[in-house]
Amino acid sequence: MRRRVIFRGKVLPYLLLAPQIAVTLVFFFWPAGQAIRQSVLREDPFGLRSEFVGLENFREVLADPLYLNAVWNTAVFSAAVAALALGAALFLAVLADKQIRGAGAYKTLLIWPYAVAPAVAAVLWLFLFHPSIGLVGRALNAAGIAWDYKLNGAQAMALVILASAWKQVSYNFIFFLAGLQSIPRSVLEAAAMDGARPAYRFWTVVFPLLSPTTFFLVVVNLTYAFFDTFGVIHALTGGGPGKATETLIYKVYVDGVQNLNLGGSAAQSVILMAIVIALTAVQFRHVERRVHY
Amino acid sequence: MRAPEGIGPAEGRAAAAARRRRLLDRAWTHGWLVLGVLVFALPIWITLVGSTHDAATIGRGEVPLLPGHHAIGNYATAWAEGGGRFRTTAAAVMLWNSALMALLIAAGKIAISLLSAYAVAFFSFPGRMAFFWMIFLTLMLPVEVRIIPTFQVMVDLALINTMAGLVVPLVASATATLLFRQFFLTIPDEYVEAAKMDGAGPLRFFRDVVVPLSVTNIAALFVILFIYGWNQYLWPLLVVNDSSLETIVVGLSKMIGTGDAQNEWNTIMATAVLAMLPPVAVVVLMQRWFVRGLTETEK
Repeated sequence: MRRRVIFRGKVLPYLLLAPQIAVTLVFFFWPAGQAIRQSVLREDPFGLRSEFVGLENFREVLADPLYLNAVWNTAVFSAAVAALALGAALFLAVLADKQIRGAGAYKTLLIWPYAVAPAVAAVLWLFLFHPSIGLVGRALNAAGIAWDYKLNGAQAMALVILASAWKQVSYNFIFFLAGLQSIPRSVLEAAAMDGARPAYRFWTVVFPLLSPTTFFLVVVNLTYAFFDTFGVIHALTGGGPGKATETLIYKVYVDGVQNLNLGGSAAQSVILMAIVIALTAVQFRHVERRVHY
Repeated sequence: MRAPEGIGPAEGRAAAAARRRRLLDRAWTHGWLVLGVLVFALPIWITLVGSTHDAATIGRGEVPLLPGHHAIGNYATAWAEGGGRFRTTAAAVMLWNSALMALLIAAGKIAISLLSAYAVAFFSFPGRMAFFWMIFLTLMLPVEVRIIPTFQVMVDLALINTMAGLVVPLVASATATLLFRQFFLTIPDEYVEAAKMDGAGPLRFFRDVVVPLSVTNIAALFVILFIYGWNQYLWPLLVVNDSSLETIVVGLSKMIGTGDAQNEWNTIMATAVLAMLPPVAVVVLMQRWFVRGLTETEK
């Protein structure tokens, strides 16, 4: 879409764009280009010389069992966070959409966790699930379950999943509620008139009508789980115990910032870029088409 | 239950059954919603309670379910000296840093995006689409995927350990630009024609017509972007190692260290409450703008 009436100006539009473009070039495109360049180079340990090694860094990264471990962790973590956050949000949104007293109050009480930073959410859950000082952690131990997320990898994973999903439910809830409220009442009434039971009605009428929202939220939740949960993992487990909660983003950080393995970290960055590009492309294709099944 | 007059006993029974079903349905709905709210509130409640007891009570693992009497002392310590065993930075300093960073990021993103969206929507010039796509592509390059080279740029520009270093690299915004452009396209051509007829130039039109019309969108975006700025984690962690520039979210996570039980958990929890308060207050007080901003930026 374009407007008919426009302003003329030879320099002004460039001046208006300059700040945004400057930041974009200096802090986005230049570093991204450097990441791609470094991903095909190898530096000697003193950083004096570097030589072109082609796809050697990628081959090494993809053959590294620790990297494959991070891929697996990321898959489990992202799928669990998305499923948990979406499921809980859909359930609560369906309930809050009913004509009940106090719907507004419930809404307010359910959306504020969005404002809690991931790292702060991690601290809250740590305090709750700490094996010796946490309310729930102690209760679990008292109940005979050996709970210590600092020793048990599966428990650590469960805890970072819980803390990450907890924070994301409010976001999904807002979108599901908006989606539910945009379904015309007449459609629901027609379905009710046909005598279908509520649960059947939900899965055959409401849920298909929500599919654009659900699809959009799946992409957003996966992106969130991939990129925005660094704070949760960093604050809660530091990728441990062992490497049990080390995700792809966390590994880039550890290899690049702590171990200073530039080539390997750059190759991982390039792989991550490909993942974001894929996720963004899917998201925007969907937005353009507004899929309805 | 007695059937109302004029209705036979069978219909009365049916109506009573329907009423009972509705009542049950409503109880079920409220029950689950209350449970949901409680699950959401439990971590916060325990944090609040934890911030009102002394360190020894918590260290023994005896966190009670009700608040204690040490609230004032704990918050005063966290505010003036800092939380945790090491009390590295006072919460007052970290809150100020976070507030400044969040405000500058939100204001910067909005200003920069307004300008570039205005250029793209109201002007025709060579390279228009190329610039537009350049801005759009930043969506695909989050900090997380270019950590090391971006850090190198920061070192080269001497932006490490500065407020500018915390803010400037984060002020580019594809979503805000897209949103403003979308909105600008709905401003009728007649407005532009009228402005031109009155002899108003593009900058005058921007200041007197476009910005006032965008106030609602700016408010909605501001809420989202303030929270985005406040909750930054990886970037401040990389760019700042000077404790006087520490933000409260990163400072809080440094306090807990490896999660040792023998820490001053009471002052840590007080710091956590202080770290949550501003963004949560913004969401609750500006709920309408918040929901609007959220659903519009993500379209």
